[in-house]
Amino acid sequence: MALAGIFLMLFLIFHLATNLLMLARDDGEAFSEAVKFLTENPVVKIMEYFLFAGFLIHIILGLLLKLQNYMARPVKYHKSLQTETSTFSRFMFHTGVIILIFLIIHLINFFFVRLGWVPIPGEAGEVANKHDFYSMAQIWFKNPWYSAIYLVSFVFLGFHLKHAFQSAFQSLGLNHTKYTPVIKVIGTIYAIAISVGFAIIPVYFYFFH
Amino acid sequence: MDFTLKIWRQKNAQTKGSFKTYPLKDVSPEMSFLEMLDYLNKQIIEQGDEPVTFEHDCREGICGSCGLYINGRPHGPMRNTTTCELHMREFKDGETIVIEPWRSRAFPVIKDLVVDRSSFERIMHAGGFISANTGTAPESNSNPISKLIADKAFDAAACIGCGACVAACQNSSAMLYAAAKIAQYAMIPQGKVEAKERVDKMVKQMDAEGFGFCSNTYGCEFDCPKGISVDFIALMNREFFSSKVCKQKQA
Repeated sequence: MALAGIFLMLFLIFHLATNLLMLARDDGEAFSEAVKFLTENPVVKIMEYFLFAGFLIHIILGLLLKLQNYMARPVKYHKSLQTETSTFSRFMFHTGVIILIFLIIHLINFFFVRLGWVPIPGEAGEVANKHDFYSMAQIWFKNPWYSAIYLVSFVFLGFHLKHAFQSAFQSLGLNHTKYTPVIKVIGTIYAIAISVGFAIIPVYFYFFH
Repeated sequence: MDFTLKIWRQKNAQTKGSFKTYPLKDVSPEMSFLEMLDYLNKQIIEQGDEPVTFEHDCREGICGSCGLYINGRPHGPMRNTTTCELHMREFKDGETIVIEPWRSRAFPVIKDLVVDRSSFERIMHAGGFISANTGTAPESNSNPISKLIADKAFDAAACIGCGACVAACQNSSAMLYAAAKIAQYAMIPQGKVEAKERVDKMVKQMDAEGFGFCSNTYGCEFDCPKGISVDFIALMNREFFSSKVCKQKQA
């Protein structure tokens, strides 16, 4: 769980870094260059399979964990637990499910288009080809509903990551009186940076493009 | 002080239980929670009914026998306090107090508020010991150990095995218990010898008992009456990984 999670957290950094190229004022030239490199590079292609495996392992383990933990308390408490725990940690499964739903929408919006499973969005000529993610993003994020879905999902992604970052270290036994408080701070910064960073893209396309 | 008590009553492990409400008057604020239950039971017995069964022994917070889920908190509203050391002055006059047994698949209810915690014992049997011949105590200075480590090991050894960690965990996980029991040996020279086999066996037994898995909500630490830190869970995870990686085949 933790290892797959760390792998996914690293992926998010790369994904965000690529996405932020969209903000360059060059009509997506730099971004499209990056997409071209990523879709053609053989190493990236291999990593794509690892990425799917990472997602699958993380999702399946998450479901199994939830099921096991549900069964571990067959008779529930009458008075719900009042023990103080962080809200982020208590709702990891729920935020996870929201992120999974978002992931499916996101794949349909972009990745499946590239694979040819989903027709290219927009009117003819609006999107140059099925690798033209920049134009697709433009179409999707001009739509307030899609922008809203993406923004709300990023909030929940932030909640998920807030707990995930330090939790991964704890699960791997990487704990230290000196460094653990630092890890917790970095985790919070990471969660905010990722969710705000991704949120910039739909906001940029909706309002400023 | 007057209270309304809503208590889980269950005849035995086979029958289904239910809540029963008892009004209780003239409770002294100086009474401990268990004394309050004694006081209630006296009245129930005088009425010719079956008294509420609950576990208790030392009544000074060190044996780990008592453990009630009081108003949504294992051992009640006070931190670092066992049920027996909780006093009625911590509650509001006229309050309704809901009392439930620990809830976990690995802790089946035996009767009323008493649960079977032998799953904890079996985790200990699996490896919670050191193999040393009995006899006269060895010379203490022959095992050099830093004060920091000795204190930490002692912090882990403060676990009284009450099960509040399991009760407080939304996943009903026994990680804090197992971690404390593993850590109390893993850090000191006498325990290090068998550390790798120990963590392997104890974790395996913990999983076999049907406890849930840890998701690091740290509710266990919050409600542990002995204030045992989740740092020990990280230590156990570390020990567990190293046991998997470094395990040697038997000669």
